[in-house]
Amino acid sequence: MAVTLTPTSAPVTPARPVRDRHHRGVSRWVVLALVTVGALVMLVPFAFMLLNAFKSPGDYSSGGPLSWPTEFYTKGLRTYWTEVNFPLKFWNSAVIAGSVAVLGVAVSLLNAYALGIGRVRGRLWIVGLFLLANMLPQEALIYPLYYVAKQVGLYNTQLSVIIIFTVIQSAFGTYLLASVMGTFPRSLLEAAALDGAGKWTVLWRVVFPNLRPTLAVLLIFFFIWTWNEFLIPLVMLIDNQTQTIPVALASLQGDRLMDAPTTNAGALISLVPAILFFLIFQRTLARGITAGAEK
Amino acid sequence: MAVSETVAATPPAATPTPPAPSRRRRGRNAAYWLYLLPGAALFLLVIGAPLVGTLYLSLTKWSGIGDPRWVGLDNYQQLLHDDVFWASFRNTVWMLVAMVVVPTLLGLLLAAVLFDVIGRRFKPRTAAALRAAFYLPQVLPVVVAGIVWGWILRPDGAFNSLLDAVGLGALRHDWLGDPGTALPAVMAVMIWVQIGYPVVVFMAALQRVDPELYEAAEVDGANWLHRFRAITLPQIRPETFVVALTCTIAALKVFGPIFALTRGGPDNATNVPSYFAYYTFFKKLQVGYGSAISMVLTLIIVVVAGIFIWMQARSERRDRGF
Repeated sequence: MAVTLTPTSAPVTPARPVRDRHHRGVSRWVVLALVTVGALVMLVPFAFMLLNAFKSPGDYSSGGPLSWPTEFYTKGLRTYWTEVNFPLKFWNSAVIAGSVAVLGVAVSLLNAYALGIGRVRGRLWIVGLFLLANMLPQEALIYPLYYVAKQVGLYNTQLSVIIIFTVIQSAFGTYLLASVMGTFPRSLLEAAALDGAGKWTVLWRVVFPNLRPTLAVLLIFFFIWTWNEFLIPLVMLIDNQTQTIPVALASLQGDRLMDAPTTNAGALISLVPAILFFLIFQRTLARGITAGAEK
Repeated sequence: MAVSETVAATPPAATPTPPAPSRRRRGRNAAYWLYLLPGAALFLLVIGAPLVGTLYLSLTKWSGIGDPRWVGLDNYQQLLHDDVFWASFRNTVWMLVAMVVVPTLLGLLLAAVLFDVIGRRFKPRTAAALRAAFYLPQVLPVVVAGIVWGWILRPDGAFNSLLDAVGLGALRHDWLGDPGTALPAVMAVMIWVQIGYPVVVFMAALQRVDPELYEAAEVDGANWLHRFRAITLPQIRPETFVVALTCTIAALKVFGPIFALTRGGPDNATNVPSYFAYYTFFKKLQVGYGSAISMVLTLIIVVVAGIFIWMQARSERRDRGF
């Protein structure tokens, strides 16, 4: 479908814009109301979670899920906090996701430097291979990884999960950064080379500072994705000392400990770090996205 | 899943063809291989070797202990006659509807309305707040979403209470426990989880579109629907491809929500290949058979991704060549 309505086709004199019916008077309010209702429906589960996280089990069984709590009950939260040992699980998740974010970005940067700026032979195939690695179902890797990890003593260690996700995330990072670096201004590189800078210096003094916004976005994505990962941590981390938040929460399911208020309290606590992280970094994300777009 | 926020913003640019490499230049480029070494070594260790390993195991019978016994294509033959395997793929088709078709269409409409109507006729803050509401489920770990929804849809859960409260108590139901409603319930949850992703990507894409296009169209008297079809859709086609591709891969691989909501039940009504493979590996200890399931899933994903990328390249060529 061709765009026939190019700006040049109609000499735009600052004529009074023709308002169509969707933008006139009442109808825009109808649109706003519809979208707002949709947005509220999206938030209902969060409201349920909040409402029931502070209810006592007795309160829940007599009043049901929709009633207002008769007392501000925090034992569910505390039970979850101590039974699950939430601070430890939080620390485990943070160590794993943090290490993967930093290592994944570093590996992506090195790979993409060779592919996007070095333009090594067969780079399109190599980039394709990395992209494929990111798309593979993890089931196609998990059993050999599980078996080998057991053989070499890395089973049930966070190191195993860190190594695996560093590779999986950097496969995506390589694909993204290689295409960004493909459009890197050659003049900058040549100027640096004329000044006698070697490849290593060019990477850290010229390329890295220029890509910092994009790298920051990658760092955040890698952190969030790894934080939320499930299958590989579920298989690799079996005991309470090593598990991440999602795995710990899922393994508690069906446990008699998990009455409805505790389930909701657990979900609520598990949600808080992700939301905080998102709020803190959403400016970085927005900045990084526009910075990338200008490249 | 926020992958293509960046992808969308930085579409893989058509790399200009490099000048014919002189001998000196080729020599210089060879040094860049050094930078690929750590990544390549890790790649072989974590992706390459295990993938070959799974392919090999798919041709054996093995319980994980002792030595695998070579059986050739037996596992694959057995798959062809396995009702659970076929059921899991039928469910995948429904997951594609819930995770690709509905979110992409609805997300397109929502993004256009938020950007074009609400963003321009109300304060930008209003559009941003609404966008955030749709995006929120994307932030929470998908397993946590599964656990909360599992509770909401339970017989004594919030959804049934809500039905009671509005006088529809007759509809009370064990939504996830009944084979007839489990799949639609899981699909509804997945739409809730997925919808924010296309909304955010498409809204970012729309910022890229030259506003003069819309202004000119408005002057020409095009109504909202005309503009949506003639400007919005063609302009954000690259992002549409990326969203459709990433959501399709996610739908084919879906595991966490199924594990948290239903563990494939009741009676395989919500089983998917990914969960079926996990169950076969670690619960039934049939490593060879699980490997065969994984390899079939891998093959399907590679073929689907290939078709997408080919279609995208073709559509780009058509745009350039008129």
